[in-house]
This record gives sequence, structure tokens and C-alpha cells, in this order.
Amino acid sequence: MADETYPPDLLYHPEHDWARVEDGEATLGITWFAQDQLGEVVFFDPPHLGTAIAANDPYSEVESVKAVSDVIAPLSGEVTAVNEALSDAPEKINDDPYGEGWLIRVRLSDPSEADALLDADAYRERLAAESSE
Amino acid sequence: MPVQYEGIRQEHVAVRTRAGLFDVSHMGQIETAGPDAEAFLQHLVSNDVTRLSDAGAQYSVLCREDGGVLDDLFSYRLGDRFLTVTNAANHERDVAWFEAHAAPFDVTVTDAADRHAMLALQGPEARAVLARHIDGDAPARMHTTRARVAGAECLVCGTGYTGEDGVELLMAPDDAEAVWDALTGDGATPAGLGARDTLRLEVCFHLYGNDLSEDRNPIEAGLAWCCKVETGFIGADALRHVDPRDLLAPFAFTGPGIPRPGNEVHTDHGTGVVTSGTHSPCLEVGIGMAYVPRAAAAAGTAIEVDVRGKRRSAEVRERPLYRKESADGR
Repeated sequence: MADETYPPDLLYHPEHDWARVEDGEATLGITWFAQDQLGEVVFFDPPHLGTAIAANDPYSEVESVKAVSDVIAPLSGEVTAVNEALSDAPEKINDDPYGEGWLIRVRLSDPSEADALLDADAYRERLAAESSE
Repeated sequence: MPVQYEGIRQEHVAVRTRAGLFDVSHMGQIETAGPDAEAFLQHLVSNDVTRLSDAGAQYSVLCREDGGVLDDLFSYRLGDRFLTVTNAANHERDVAWFEAHAAPFDVTVTDAADRHAMLALQGPEARAVLARHIDGDAPARMHTTRARVAGAECLVCGTGYTGEDGVELLMAPDDAEAVWDALTGDGATPAGLGARDTLRLEVCFHLYGNDLSEDRNPIEAGLAWCCKVETGFIGADALRHVDPRDLLAPFAFTGPGIPRPGNEVHTDHGTGVVTSGTHSPCLEVGIGMAYVPRAAAAAGTAIEVDVRGKRRSAEVRERPLYRKESADGR
């Protein structure tokens, strides 16, 4: 399993999702914290290409042996790609949550929504606050 | 006992391929002693206790008058007394049930849960690990022996609930840490409740609270083999006349998805419900057990499981879902 990291070039949603925004598109995934909470991921159920997803709503599920978790969209848009490699190797979500473990790509319908997301430092602070509650 | 130590899959694989150690001290024990101990137990539990040999082990269910299942149990005959292992969540109810039915018998029923810690050493290498720490011979499968393990006096039982060879060790609670340390320090991987659940489900062993309940009888649960109605145990009369609408059927997904308890099952003969479901680390598909209409319970029947709104394809299979031979390619 990967070491705990929150890359500075990503944006974060408080429900433990990340977005890498580039030219009106975004790659989405779940954070190190999210995969660590789940344990070894054994199933990712991707949305269909062309599906419209809405910020703050679930667009998929990831499952470990012990639990199933909704994946929340950090941004709104239309699904342009899904990570096909995860159907045979969902554990990539644990091994490399920000790289080979990416989930989907979307064409953003409202790029300004990114302003509402957290940067890595703010997300870390949120995690620290949650764990001290 | 924690859900996991290093990870459910690693712990599961360790038990299937080498040896794992579970702390199952949450399980309860009831001691039944006295001249009528055998007759008393025969009255309560579903199996034929007279056929339980000295130092032997026997699986049974505890039923209400109407056949509803109160618990599933392992009983050991230890000379003039019996030790019965209960499920943690049912233990107090079981003790009360034993005590409530004891009056006509010359028996002493003792809640022995506080006297025992319990460790389960399971896996193809379990006996090899044990052999390095036991001061005698390990018992055969479904038998028990008293021996010292890592210096602690233990009741060593050739039982377990993983589908692997191995033993369960009962000892005084104060001794458990030393035994745990000795065995985990010598090849046994610590394993938690999560792996225990995936292991037992791969071999279709029932879990009380999921696959067994007061609302289900042992016949529909597929446990007729341990219900010897001729012994006249409590519930036997009801079970004689059971003509089950549903049967508990093991199944495996033929495509993506993971079944979970409570998922609705759709068959050509009506609906059913999943009582246990998980991702099988050895088969690498979703597996489970479900109560389905009898006509849909035969191996090979195509069914669908509604997993949070998505219909997933599955097939009823023979039990056990996992066989050692198939994994070895033999």
C-alpha cells in the first residue's frame, strides 16, 4: 500500500475525493485517506461513458471485502473516460490512488466549481480536525 | 477480536495456504455436568448426543419448540461432562435456555465463558506450527485432548470454522497472551473477524444472525444432517413436518459486483434474500448464501441479485463454493 500523501497539484473534496483539473477536463479519484479507510479495494463500479455527474452527488461505488462506499463527484461534468484497468486490478486504487488508481475523466460543465474545492493543505487540516473529534 | 490486522485478503490467504491464528475469545462456553448431563443435552440440542464419543466433538443447533434456531453450537464430551461453545451474541440467552430446562434433570449448568479464552489455529500448516509447541499429540479432527501448549494447560480441539485443518485451543484467560505470542511468533499469521467471515462463507458454513435465526428452521438452512428428530429434542416435532418453501442456497456471481446481506434475489420461481455475501479472495468473484424458493435452489440455476438497484447475474452452486482441489488445479 502507498504511503500517506496529498499531492499539492490536486484539488480535494471533503468527502475524500481528488480532482486534477486540466483544460476544461478533470481526472477524478479517491484520496489516500479514503482508500486507507476502506481497506483493499476489490471492486470499482464505473459509470457509463457520457453519463452526466453532478458535484457533491455519488457517481460510483468502490468496495472492499468489508464495506461499500459511495464515490462523490467533486465537480460536475460528462464522463469521457473510465479507468478500464481497474476491472481486473481494482487494488491499483490502494497502490497508487493518484496515479494508476484514477477512476474517471470528465468534461467539466462548470469549471468555476473548482473554486469551492480544497487545496492539499486545507484538506489535510480537515482530516486532522476530523480525527481529533 | 479486530476485523483485521494486516488486511482481510492477506489473512485469508495465509489461512488457506499456511496458518492463521484467530482470537475467538468472544465465544461463550456452557458446562453441563451431572448424572443426567447426556440426557439433558440430548433434550436440548438437535444432534444425537449419545453418539458423541468421549473426547469427541459434535455440531448441532439449539431450537425453539417451533423449530426456530436459537444458536448453532459445538459440544465436546469431556468424561462425565460436556462443554458447549456458543456464539457470543447468543450466549446469555443460551445459558438462560439451558437453565430454564434443567429442572427435571439431575444436572449442573455452569456459565463457563469467563473461565475460557479461545484461539483458533487454522490452515494447512496449523498442525506443524502446533507440533512445535505442544507437549503431546494433537487430537484428530473432531476430537479433543488435554495438553500443554506453550506452557499453558489447554483443551485442544480438532475443530474450526474455516474449511481448513487445524485446532481450537481453550485455556484460562490469563494464559492466552503467552499462547498467542508463541504461535504468532512461529509462523501463524494473526487473523481477524473479516477473514473468518470470508473463509467460512467460501466453504458455506452458517453464521448465526445472518444465515440462521429464530425466523428460520434448520431444515430450510440445509442443516437436516445434524437434526436427529428421533431423539425428541426440543423442536423435533415441529421439524418432522417441515415442508420448506425456501432453501438456503450458495451462489456465485457470474459477472461483476459483490452481494451483501439483505440484497433481494430474483428467480424464475419468486424472490429470495441474501443472508451472507462478500468478495471471495480465493475465487475472486462475489459469493454468498441466500434463501430462495425451493425450485430455484438447485445447483446451476441462474438467479439475479439486486445490489443497491443493480441486477447482478449469479448462479446457484454446489457447496462448498471453494474446494481445495479446484484451487490446486487437480
